[in-house]
Amino acid sequence: MGVVRSALASRAVGSVTSPHHVDHYLEKLHPLWTAEAVRAKVVGIERETDNATTVTLRPNGAWEGFTPGQHVEFGVEVDGVRKVRVFSVSSSAASKGRNFSVSVKAHPDGFVSRFLNSRLASGELVYLSQAQGEFVLPAGLPDELLLLSGGSGITPVMSMMRTMLDSDVLMPRRVTFLHYARSRDEEMFTDQLDQWQDVPGVEVVRVYTREPDDGAEIQGRFSVDHLKHLGIDPAATLTYVCGPAGLIATVRETYTEQDAADQLRMEYFKVPTIDPALLEAAAAQASGTLSFDRSGTAAENSGNTILEQAEAAGLTPEYGCRMGVCNTCAIKKLHGAVRHVISGEVNANTDETIKPCVHVPVGDVTVAL
Amino acid sequence: MSHKRTTIPVHYDATGHNQAPAPLSDATGRQATIGLDIMSREELDSFGTELDALRLRTLESLGQDDANYIRRVIRIQQWSEILGRIGIFTPFFWPTFVAGIVLLGLSKILENMEIGHNVMHGQYDWMNDPLIDGKRYEWDNVAPAQDWKHGHNYLHHTYTNIHGMDKDIGYGLLRIDEAQPWYPNHRFNLPAATLLMLFFEWGVMYHGLELGDYLKGDMSKEEFLARKKRALAKTRRQVFKDYVAFPVLALALVPMVGWWAPLAVLGATFTANIIRNIWTFLIIFCGHFPAEVQTFDEDEAKNESRGQWYLRQLLGSANISGTRPFHILSGNLSHQIEHHLFPDIPARRYPEVAREIRDICERHGLPYNTGRMSKQLLSVARQLGTYGRKPSDPYLVGNSPESKALRRAKREAARAEGERAEHLTA
Repeated sequence: MGVVRSALASRAVGSVTSPHHVDHYLEKLHPLWTAEAVRAKVVGIERETDNATTVTLRPNGAWEGFTPGQHVEFGVEVDGVRKVRVFSVSSSAASKGRNFSVSVKAHPDGFVSRFLNSRLASGELVYLSQAQGEFVLPAGLPDELLLLSGGSGITPVMSMMRTMLDSDVLMPRRVTFLHYARSRDEEMFTDQLDQWQDVPGVEVVRVYTREPDDGAEIQGRFSVDHLKHLGIDPAATLTYVCGPAGLIATVRETYTEQDAADQLRMEYFKVPTIDPALLEAAAAQASGTLSFDRSGTAAENSGNTILEQAEAAGLTPEYGCRMGVCNTCAIKKLHGAVRHVISGEVNANTDETIKPCVHVPVGDVTVAL
Repeated sequence: MSHKRTTIPVHYDATGHNQAPAPLSDATGRQATIGLDIMSREELDSFGTELDALRLRTLESLGQDDANYIRRVIRIQQWSEILGRIGIFTPFFWPTFVAGIVLLGLSKILENMEIGHNVMHGQYDWMNDPLIDGKRYEWDNVAPAQDWKHGHNYLHHTYTNIHGMDKDIGYGLLRIDEAQPWYPNHRFNLPAATLLMLFFEWGVMYHGLELGDYLKGDMSKEEFLARKKRALAKTRRQVFKDYVAFPVLALALVPMVGWWAPLAVLGATFTANIIRNIWTFLIIFCGHFPAEVQTFDEDEAKNESRGQWYLRQLLGSANISGTRPFHILSGNLSHQIEHHLFPDIPARRYPEVAREIRDICERHGLPYNTGRMSKQLLSVARQLGTYGRKPSDPYLVGNSPESKALRRAKREAARAEGERAEHLTA
């Protein structure tokens, strides 16, 4: 943060703008001139595949940078509503300048990812958070490193790989970049991966699960045989895995069996989905788990309102009218879909405000209680 | 935590959305009597359904226009505030100095009414913008948002005009309704109301402490101390900004203007705060206390249906007619009826909703209280004058022997009831 921004965000200025934050005023002058709120302008949009896009962002001075592997909350305003999703940074942390990129695969039910692929334009404003997450490389790199990814889970390991190759730090003796995609057409960053084939000390292995290359050395979904074939000893290889839940589960099982769980670092992708069929099923019979993020507890969804379920779980959330009028109980819903008991409207945005007294969970839901 | 319940939670099934809020339902199953003199139960139900449908229709149509509107209002308010603060730094040239006071007053009015009040109702929560989030927003007023929201959003908007539950009937200071017991201090109804008008924000802050509840033993000491602490902290911040920071900055003017420059800035800010106080007081009193507005007692409202809840809101509020700028400056609370029916719909929609409400009221033969500000204000003043005089009925006088005997009898009946229940369970 620059001197001007630090001064603007100081207590002295705050006491004069009180009760409002200085950003409340600054953003009205120019949306990027905020002192603390991280915002960025879209400066580039690049198609990776038919349904995957890389968005390059120029953040304002409030951005404190990122460590490869971290993710960022990415908010766009559509019809007056700020929709927020979490995406991993895919660009190199060692490149010049402050710009960075996120790469997003359009999920058929993911509103924001589809929006990014079809409607987002250069010059548009994006509401960000600071970079977050513990899925990062250690300060001292190990001898053996495996970066394992599936589908769009490639983005954080892409950032790690690019950063290692761009910077002067000592590379691990051996880096294996093992990536699973359905087909070459659906693979992101194909050109870059092709280039890396020739880099010494780096082994790039791509497995196309649906349309395998002729004569590919390994085929199909991840299994312990793939590691054996590549000559990787899980117990001696620091491993980062990111991808769909199924892949991560298999990898975790394998590493646990090999007594190598301590070498494994994992990052899940939480894709909010509203599949109409699933929705109906979930509405008809309560399913899923209601998780209370702050208190660290969870309960099977009983079909009651979130407020009642929280009380049943022993929490004492704030509330007032219990009929959706007074807004006393309003909280953030972090993930998942909820249905308004009166209107039947379903909301599946990340990080949106809901009234627990008139919302019931649809499937797995996490709330800030 | 603004509201801690001490009793066992009553199960309120929001699915139906047609039952009374929790503390106002009882096991007798006897339905509320509100409105039964003018409508049948079926008609009340269809009235409720119509209003529910109108609410949903409006909520579904919210979009970019509403977001742009509130941001535009905030932008105007902020420029008005900045220009106002610059204006009051020119005490050497009275036209800009006076314009500064007016602009600063205007900015505080907009911030408290169309922005603060409405944002804190959660009217713009659907936008998911942290700067105008009902939970986080803090307004330019000495009353801390949290305690104001408890008294206003919850108590006043849920139990509107129910004696003993909605503490906004006379604010524990004035006698504005016949059903309130008369005490000798009510002789000073009109002067007390005038003082409240001038220092309204301080009244709102004091009201939020709910000292009465604490003294009666209805509030724990921790809760009261927490409220006091919040109020002190907020007051300190507000006073520091308005009456210390800016006057100190005005010291720079002393060589040019004279020793009194900081005092001029302080006086101008004080005046702007008073302008805001008078305006908000007038809007609120005209929306709640004209003669035709009805009040209710707890028994009438127990186990009310959705339609009855809406009806109580309708009968308990009054509108003020006026031009568009007037409506905006009132935070659209000139549409008090619509606000009470739908407190979570962005207020800029109230004028369009009002047309449908009037139509619905006409079809059901319901009263719709509206009038010019002068008419409503006169009515309020007359009410204050009338109910300030000692009533001839001794039961309406709070400290008459008859009232005391009645209260004693009630207390004893309650105790006997309690003992019998204990005896039965034993």
